[in-house]
Amino acid sequence: MKLTGAQIFAEVLIEQGATTLFGYPGGAVLNLYDALYQYRDRITHIMTAHEQGAAHAADGYARATGKTGVVLATSGPGATNLVTGIATAYMDSIPMVAVTGNVGTGLIGRDSFQEVYIAGITMPITKHNFVVRHVDELAATLRRAFHIAQAGRKGPVLVDIPKDVTAALAEFIPEPPQQPTTTLTFSRAAVAKAAWMLGDAKRPIIYFGGGVRSSKACHAMKALIEKAQIPATHTLMAAGVLDCRHPLNLGLLGMHGSYTTNKAVSEADVVLAIGTRFSDRVALNPSTFASKARIIQIDIDPSEINKNVQVTHSLVGDAAHILDALLPLIEPAQHEDWLARIHSWQSLDYHPKDHDDRLMPHQVIGCCCEMAGPEAVYVTDVGQHQMWAAQYLRHVKSRGFLTSGGLGTMGFGYGAAIGAQVAVGRDTPVVLFTGDGSFHMNLNEACTAVSYDLPIITVIFNNQVLGMVRQWQTVFYDRRYSSTDPHRKTDYVKLAEGFGLAGYHCESLAQFEEAFRRALASKKPAWIECVIDKDEKVLPMIPAGGTVEDLMMS
Amino acid sequence: MKKQVVSLLVDNHAGVLTRISSLFGRRGFNIDSLTVSATDDPAISRITLVVDDDDALLAQVMLQTARLEETRRVFRLDTARSLLRELLLIKVAADSANRSELREIAGIYKAKIIDLSPQSMVLELTGEPEKIDAFLKMFESFHILEMCRTGVTALARGGAEEPDELSQTNAITTPFGKRDF
Repeated sequence: MKLTGAQIFAEVLIEQGATTLFGYPGGAVLNLYDALYQYRDRITHIMTAHEQGAAHAADGYARATGKTGVVLATSGPGATNLVTGIATAYMDSIPMVAVTGNVGTGLIGRDSFQEVYIAGITMPITKHNFVVRHVDELAATLRRAFHIAQAGRKGPVLVDIPKDVTAALAEFIPEPPQQPTTTLTFSRAAVAKAAWMLGDAKRPIIYFGGGVRSSKACHAMKALIEKAQIPATHTLMAAGVLDCRHPLNLGLLGMHGSYTTNKAVSEADVVLAIGTRFSDRVALNPSTFASKARIIQIDIDPSEINKNVQVTHSLVGDAAHILDALLPLIEPAQHEDWLARIHSWQSLDYHPKDHDDRLMPHQVIGCCCEMAGPEAVYVTDVGQHQMWAAQYLRHVKSRGFLTSGGLGTMGFGYGAAIGAQVAVGRDTPVVLFTGDGSFHMNLNEACTAVSYDLPIITVIFNNQVLGMVRQWQTVFYDRRYSSTDPHRKTDYVKLAEGFGLAGYHCESLAQFEEAFRRALASKKPAWIECVIDKDEKVLPMIPAGGTVEDLMMS
Repeated sequence: MKKQVVSLLVDNHAGVLTRISSLFGRRGFNIDSLTVSATDDPAISRITLVVDDDDALLAQVMLQTARLEETRRVFRLDTARSLLRELLLIKVAADSANRSELREIAGIYKAKIIDLSPQSMVLELTGEPEKIDAFLKMFESFHILEMCRTGVTALARGGAEEPDELSQTNAITTPFGKRDF
């Protein structure tokens, strides 16, 4: 059957089960959009306010479901507007296929209108990218893009399609989607060595990251933790992978992790690192990180082994497979003394104080958890509110906390929340925590939430300043507040009304409860502005390059 | 400093070299030399890299390169068991006074004189990098007008290449016949 390139694009989306995509039309993608019109009963396209929002939405969709997120943009500025979104997905290993139109093949290289070499621009922020020069290659290239996005360590792939390729005809033969291969690469001996090291440990700890979720290894890891009674600590990316109420889940590690988790890693004799990359926000000082421990690293990407921190033993492969192989070799253990020591440190942990007279971030977040329930999906932007959400949300669901970890993209939240709400449906609450800084970056996506009637509840922590940068200026720059106090006069309630959604202004917890209750009940998008003190800090904090000995509680 | 030689077999696509050099730039890998050459298979190019002899750097160079979709194989060449060659072109100021001295040096190193003018001479030398280095040392007292070295290209001696352990443990075959990290 002869189809146009644009129809082939639509057919491959259906074939790959990617029937929801986010994007923004333009000249070079007119043919692709014409096909989306033709296929509108089978493919849902969500049009955002800006291509960056579409990229974050595809990312949020992927984070909420595990499926590959798809974003479509036109050539030139459409394509460059995707860059931050693609880089965000790349740093957090999120499967995504970004499709860009380009000028016709005859116009490429002539500085044509809206021409940009997006393949060159995105080379360092994609797993791979393609320029499709002939319609005969289109179906195979798109299929391969979907395959690469999900294979091994997941990540974004870009496919750039010149306009004439979308109009040209080619034979299309449907194919079933290809499942990622699962060749085992680790040896039995290597697994046995890991089991022996763990069995020999007196003070073991598991340090896990987002790779556990990507590998669907949550249950296998929980089984290991319980069988050998090994306490566990997690990165920002892994919040929710293990229920925060699990007695062996010590919580967040690193710069804004607790005293206990950081102390436990520094005192451990064996650290089992699963699906995590020893980033500088966790291994703040790579030469002293877990310095008393032998480290076992499990990762699907061999280039992560010894990249930042030298490890004693490594297992390269899918974490679920490795943990399944490891579990039978593990002897049940208790580690009572070690757990007792850990519990003794917990009495030294930082706990924020409740206040009745002003809004405290932890109380707002606690209130959201109670009202939105365990099934809610929480999304964040980047900054203080993100760390408070990481610290104080009750993380109970593996795909319930969507945040830009590696790239730290302010402006990620609204787009990601749109993707998440589209993914989970209108009946599951999606709550976006943001700060006034992050929110101003991409609040334009409010119109998308209204257009598609997505009942996202946006909780804006308004401290009037760029809180996280200001916190560093307070601590490390002798309170020289350079460009962190912009004196904005935004009226969030009026602005919300202007976009066609409900806006609330809150200065007390009672007001917040009432606003949140109304927003939940309305099933409509809403903004809730929470006025907080500009001197509120994210605590505890270990400075970059420091150790648990440098931890600050005030 | 001792050097390590890494051989990469990559798809012969437009943009592969950009991808690899972009990766090295982004990761801050300092590469001594990089050459790209055709192989017996028109679909595959060989890239030969020379890097400092640092285990951590070598592992990262090999593993990060292996992550690229267009990389088919990555292996370290044991310099003791490999043939390393480099080509040098050097243009020196030469007149009747020093021409015979230059010819003598060329004769000893088996370099070819490939161009001669009243004021200059161009010499060509192929050999191991150490030989090129030694040859160049002889020119310290001459006035070098221009020179270029191609960088190292290399093959393992004897029978089939022996992949380094890094690529062996991590070789995963996908339906596309690619490494798949």
